[in-house]
Amino acid sequence: MGDVAGSERASMGESKPPLMELRGITLRFGGVLAISDVSFDIREGEIRAIIGPNGAGKSSMLNVISGFYHPQEGNILFRGEVRPFMRPHRVAALGIARTFQNIALFKRMTTLDNIMTGRMTLMKSSFAAQALWWGSAEREESAHREKAEEIIDFLGIQAIRKVPVGTLPYGLQKRVELGRALAAEPRLLLLDEPMAGMNVEEKEDMSRFILDVNDEFGTTIALIEHDMGVVMDISDRIVVMDYGKKIGDGKPGEIRKNQDVIDAYLGVPH
Amino acid sequence: MSSDSLTIPDLLSRNAREFGSATANREKEYGIWQSWTWSEVKQETEDLALGFLRLGVEEGDHVAVIGRNRPHLYWSMVAAQMIGAVPVPLYQDAVASEMAYALDHCGARYVVAGDQEQVDKVLELKESLPSIRHIAYLDPRGLRNYDHSKIASLGDIQRRGQAEMQRLRPELERRRSLVNSDSTCVMLYTSGTTGRPKGVVLSHRNIVESSRSSSEFDSLRRTDSVLAYLPMAWVGDFIFSLGQAYWCGFCVNCPESADTMMTDLKEIGPTYYFAPPRIFESILTSVMIRMEDASAIKRAMFKFFMDHAAKCGPARLSGKRLSAADRLLYRIGDICVYGPLRNVLGFTNIRVGYTAGEAIGPEIFDFYRSIGINLKQLYGQTEASVFITQQPDGEVHSETVGVPSPGVEIRIDDRGEVYFRSPGAFAEYYKNPESTDSTKDAEGWVATGDAGYIESETGHLRIIDRAKDVGKTANGGLFAPKFVENKLKFFPNVLEAVVFGNERPFCTAVVNIDLAAVGNWAERNNIAYASYQELAQHPQVYDMILANVERVNESLSSDEQLAGCAIRRFVILHKELDADDGELTRTRKVRRNAIEDKYSEIVDAFYGGKSEVYLESEVTYEDGRKGSIAATLRICDVRAPGAHLEMAA
Repeated sequence: MGDVAGSERASMGESKPPLMELRGITLRFGGVLAISDVSFDIREGEIRAIIGPNGAGKSSMLNVISGFYHPQEGNILFRGEVRPFMRPHRVAALGIARTFQNIALFKRMTTLDNIMTGRMTLMKSSFAAQALWWGSAEREESAHREKAEEIIDFLGIQAIRKVPVGTLPYGLQKRVELGRALAAEPRLLLLDEPMAGMNVEEKEDMSRFILDVNDEFGTTIALIEHDMGVVMDISDRIVVMDYGKKIGDGKPGEIRKNQDVIDAYLGVPH
Repeated sequence: MSSDSLTIPDLLSRNAREFGSATANREKEYGIWQSWTWSEVKQETEDLALGFLRLGVEEGDHVAVIGRNRPHLYWSMVAAQMIGAVPVPLYQDAVASEMAYALDHCGARYVVAGDQEQVDKVLELKESLPSIRHIAYLDPRGLRNYDHSKIASLGDIQRRGQAEMQRLRPELERRRSLVNSDSTCVMLYTSGTTGRPKGVVLSHRNIVESSRSSSEFDSLRRTDSVLAYLPMAWVGDFIFSLGQAYWCGFCVNCPESADTMMTDLKEIGPTYYFAPPRIFESILTSVMIRMEDASAIKRAMFKFFMDHAAKCGPARLSGKRLSAADRLLYRIGDICVYGPLRNVLGFTNIRVGYTAGEAIGPEIFDFYRSIGINLKQLYGQTEASVFITQQPDGEVHSETVGVPSPGVEIRIDDRGEVYFRSPGAFAEYYKNPESTDSTKDAEGWVATGDAGYIESETGHLRIIDRAKDVGKTANGGLFAPKFVENKLKFFPNVLEAVVFGNERPFCTAVVNIDLAAVGNWAERNNIAYASYQELAQHPQVYDMILANVERVNESLSSDEQLAGCAIRRFVILHKELDADDGELTRTRKVRRNAIEDKYSEIVDAFYGGKSEVYLESEVTYEDGRKGSIAATLRICDVRAPGAHLEMAA
């Protein structure tokens, strides 16, 4: 799967305009410099990976993109406009959805209900109308349910539709979490270590889903991942970070040859 | 028109004409049961037929159909029949190389694939199979970026056919008029317990006649419904979901996915149901496991009423009179236990339930009958369009397979092999006249390859083993390995067993434990294990299996003919026997010779007197890659039943 998909992918997203641009991002926690003057962009329709050794600032970067952290310096442009300081739920309304490194599902709710929560930002009827399931709320829920069912079908999780997610194995929970993020119909999907803790088969499934999401829904995807094999196979372009700095940016083939990246991963004698 | 001259497309037209608004198919999609009436099915099928004509499907072309049970795939088969082509359903879980044999053998020119996985398999083979001209697929998922010059979705095929209806309609009518009851209805590959699979050619007369008489036998009707979940490549599914469904006009329901089968079963509540014994076994196992986790009161109630059911249930179902007290108690049990249990399993509406393919354990069989499910056995094979014998209502026994089906004659030769002659008897093996001649004689008698006899008191057929497997033991008695294996497999903790001993000094067995049952037992008894391999080799698991083997030996010792089949040594295998490794057929029957070859070290160790054996074996993963696992297996000796008695004395 990998090589074929990789070579096909290389030609995609080439000339598309950037969906998001990060310019000179610097993030500090007190005296700790987490990210230092990092700039890169995410183009419409591509799969963009952020990699780096532990503590390189990858997760911080993702949190900056999702609006959870606010960088002290630098600008974030979303669709060509500078994104003002905003709360995460406002970011979600802009069309950015994410999954978490440590699964953050509602454990006692079913798969279906968890996925339905992903559509919260898209629901228009009032709280009262929804509680009474009255008037437009009824029609609206049907429409949302339809979308949720499409996602269930897409991810092949029909059998666990009504199962509380807390009882599911890890790999499936990861899939449900992806489903919930997809339910928001995001323009930009952020995945924080989607393959962490998975076995080979689960990784292959997840890679397939990520590629299919990108292909079928045209969703732009930014992901953090440790498994280099997976990253090289599914990404269009990769940003490499080390000690809060960007040390490489390019297509998988270029990254493989980048001496700084090799040094960062394999270590160099000091 | 008599049934004698009807074809499956004729039946479709009849159904659409006579009860066009009745539901013909349902499929659960997006969490909702979608349905199609007979008129809609006719429309869909004709559109497909037009589309196939446009693609250039010729008369006599073979159209392979690969995928899970879905309405569109059934329609594709009927559409192929309409234009004089031959549908060839194949097992969807077969790896590419196995599929290659069938595709090559029938020279398939067109393939209808269920999804990307199947399309990929066929594309992988395409270079070595130049005969394939076009692939049609149902589920477009992941296929968008494929080169569409040689593949197309079924929906597009229908639309393109529709668009050129004016041009294609006369050709469709011409082709359809040429299809008659002697035309090939379907070609099915036998699973091949021995050697290469054979393509069994069944005519429309075979299928329609067999469907008609079996439907009458059980008075199946339009209001019945079935769940189509067994492999489409298997003759049973073809008869139940196409033959009988089209003859009676009942509704065929397709599950949402393979994993949702039990939920879908419960939602549909079929009235007519077929499952091989292993499914009934696994359902019973899961019920028992769940009961063990229930509260003490529930467990006590379950035990009390199940004991009563075991005593009265089967007799009640066979129409015998019970005492007033027993009747009352059974009624109460029905409200408290049997009814809810049937409901949970999705068996509430079952009028007729069948099992076949392997022997079913008497306890399992009686369990279902005791809670009021009319489960019966039949004996059949692909070459007979399923039906050879079946059990009439009220004459059900767990160890026999019933009386000859309507229109079927049975004969048993001096070697004990069963022969049949019937309207359902197959036309030929495709491109294999030698096998056809050696199986079917000039008078139409077909050798089943099974050994059996007619029970004198009941007149029912009883099958003991494959005829060629029946041999001689050292003491000159009969050696019937399957008979013994089945006795072993009736224990819930034994999944599979293979017995050796033909022309050998004594009999031995290779046993596969059932991970669900044994794993649960281990959990309950605080036995830790990290892998299947480790659990299989656990001393206490050996003790448990030893106890089972001793009980089997005991029951064999009372049988004059089969006393020599007592098992003296056995091992528990470190891996599950698997069709991907060539150890089982796709319908999960043991391939005896393949196993004897592959595990020759075990057999040598059995008869060489060794106490353990080191083994390295190759395993095939689902995607066709190979790996290997190694293990040292302990050989366990079994005391002779005689010694057992001495100790007791």
